[in-house]
Amino acid sequence: MTLRFDKLGVVIALIVAYAAFLAPFATFRANRIVPGEARSILESLPVAVGPLLLAIVVIAAIIALLKTSLLLRLAASVVALAALAILIGFAGSFLTPEGNTFARISPASGFWLLIFAFTLLLADVLTRLNLSPQARVGVLVLAAAAIGLLLVSGSWNSLSILKEYANRADSFWAEGSKHVTLALGSLAAAVVVGLPLGILCHRVEKLRAGVLNVLNIIQTIPSIALFGLLIAPLGWVATHVPGAASLGIRGIGTAPAFVALFLYSLLPVVANTVVGLAGVPRAANDAARGMGMTDRQRLFGVEFPLAFPVILTGIRIVLVQNIGLATIAALIGGGGFGVFVFQGVGQTAMDLVLLGAVPTVALAFAAAIILDAVIEMTATKRRVETA
Amino acid sequence: MKAWLPSLLRLALVVLLVAFVTNPSWFEPLLKPLTENNAPAIYNQGSLLTLTLLHLRTVLIATVAATIVAVALAILVTRPAGVEFLPLSRSLVNIGQTFPPVAVLALAVPAVGFGDKPTLIALFLYGLLPIFENALTGLTTLPGNVVEAARGAGMTGWQRLIKVELPLSAPIILGGIRLSVVISLATATIGSTVAAKTLGEVIIAGLLSNNLAFVLQGGLIVAALAVLIYDGLSAIERYTARRMGQETA
Repeated sequence: MTLRFDKLGVVIALIVAYAAFLAPFATFRANRIVPGEARSILESLPVAVGPLLLAIVVIAAIIALLKTSLLLRLAASVVALAALAILIGFAGSFLTPEGNTFARISPASGFWLLIFAFTLLLADVLTRLNLSPQARVGVLVLAAAAIGLLLVSGSWNSLSILKEYANRADSFWAEGSKHVTLALGSLAAAVVVGLPLGILCHRVEKLRAGVLNVLNIIQTIPSIALFGLLIAPLGWVATHVPGAASLGIRGIGTAPAFVALFLYSLLPVVANTVVGLAGVPRAANDAARGMGMTDRQRLFGVEFPLAFPVILTGIRIVLVQNIGLATIAALIGGGGFGVFVFQGVGQTAMDLVLLGAVPTVALAFAAAIILDAVIEMTATKRRVETA
Repeated sequence: MKAWLPSLLRLALVVLLVAFVTNPSWFEPLLKPLTENNAPAIYNQGSLLTLTLLHLRTVLIATVAATIVAVALAILVTRPAGVEFLPLSRSLVNIGQTFPPVAVLALAVPAVGFGDKPTLIALFLYGLLPIFENALTGLTTLPGNVVEAARGAGMTGWQRLIKVELPLSAPIILGGIRLSVVISLATATIGSTVAAKTLGEVIIAGLLSNNLAFVLQGGLIVAALAVLIYDGLSAIERYTARRMGQETA
């Protein structure tokens, strides 16, 4: 039997070889902001555990390198990722000197590269398995549960990003809920306004080009400028419209951020509604008309359900984009995870940046997977029904 | 609408933009009402022209690099030797799009320091995605009979790529580049939060000193640039599509 190599496996094995043997696994710093010292896998873990981790990643890399069955590859990537996730916490407590509360241990490039390599393997296996949308959401829930368990169990508590969290636990959740409210609230407002506007644009052709052009131009205004520009009009509203201030409308803070996100969200919602409605087959509309359906019945009974997957795609774009853009709200006092990112940049404290960036990326990633699954489910359901 | 009206509007916008960045003081009376406590109405910590050019240079470098890498990758995964990577590269592109630009920017700082470099990295990564996606669409949806004809004419794989596949997918690839440039123009302003020299500097100075005139002029210059470049690239796209004998949408 000749050995056959997997092409992606070659890439993964090269990354693993570099990351495990040449790149630093963890960084040790005497306090929060001094430059760090690199530690390899063998230096970061107790005598017996270091070689064990090396053995696990090397075996997993060999499984990736050779042409092996999908299940074996799945097992290899999951075991390697789990070992890395558990042992980086172990390295944290091993490297921290007894009773020292200033020392900071953070994962270094080698760790991140190993995670990247095995995530690549996992992503490849999952893509090739061609999972159903429900199964994809299931995998996401499992992964989230595993990470949640590691967080709750406290095995990562000695890592610097969680030390930053421990110092800010209250504000973390407050900013987090502000972030989610901003992203979801502006999406909801955009759907409430955008759907009827899209239907109107579909029905009234004269309106279409004008509305879409205006929304296109709004997209070209840089986010930080749009956030800033809304400060003045909202400040004016707050002082001149009775009751506005008590609703929380203010010149700086959440209100301009909300309005800016809402304005950015309109284009994808309106444009996809128009495209979705335009894509409804003429035959379906004619049949509905022939059956004597009124315009309203046709809209809700025929056009809307058929256009739904396309509209949902617009909503997915908006949600992922809003979760990312909401970080900028911090620049104008609007709160959100961006607060930690910009504070971290200001203090050159990267762990603080990570404390803001990691949850943002995780939220956007989860939102994308869930909405993709929903879109696929509605699209296939429709195909089955119409077939 | 009259056919010449859009061109006239575009020309007016170009003239206005050039006049503003070269002689901003002409517009001072217009912006003065937006300032408070006698604050300066025109950005005074650097020349708007220099910042505009630096902004464009940053976007240009990042886009050129992103185009080269994205098109090369798309070619690689559509060749027989690289076809194994096709599904994975699709999912990676999808995952990549969920990374917010601010996060990329902030995380690049420890690796390369403050200044233009983190911005270039963020713009490069962000620009990759639309170009790669479009190049992939272009290269995988070529009319089968054309590719077969090229094969039948005895063209080698390389000749087919250069003479048939790339020219035919050029309009779609250009569409990706256009999207990427517009996103980059706006995203580059965020780069100024990590000390990159872009028009974002003007906007951030305005936010910090509560000077609305600064925010407005920075934002408007970027928006005008984006609209003009978008239009210009759309025109090039239509031209290449016509040359390729394709119907334009």
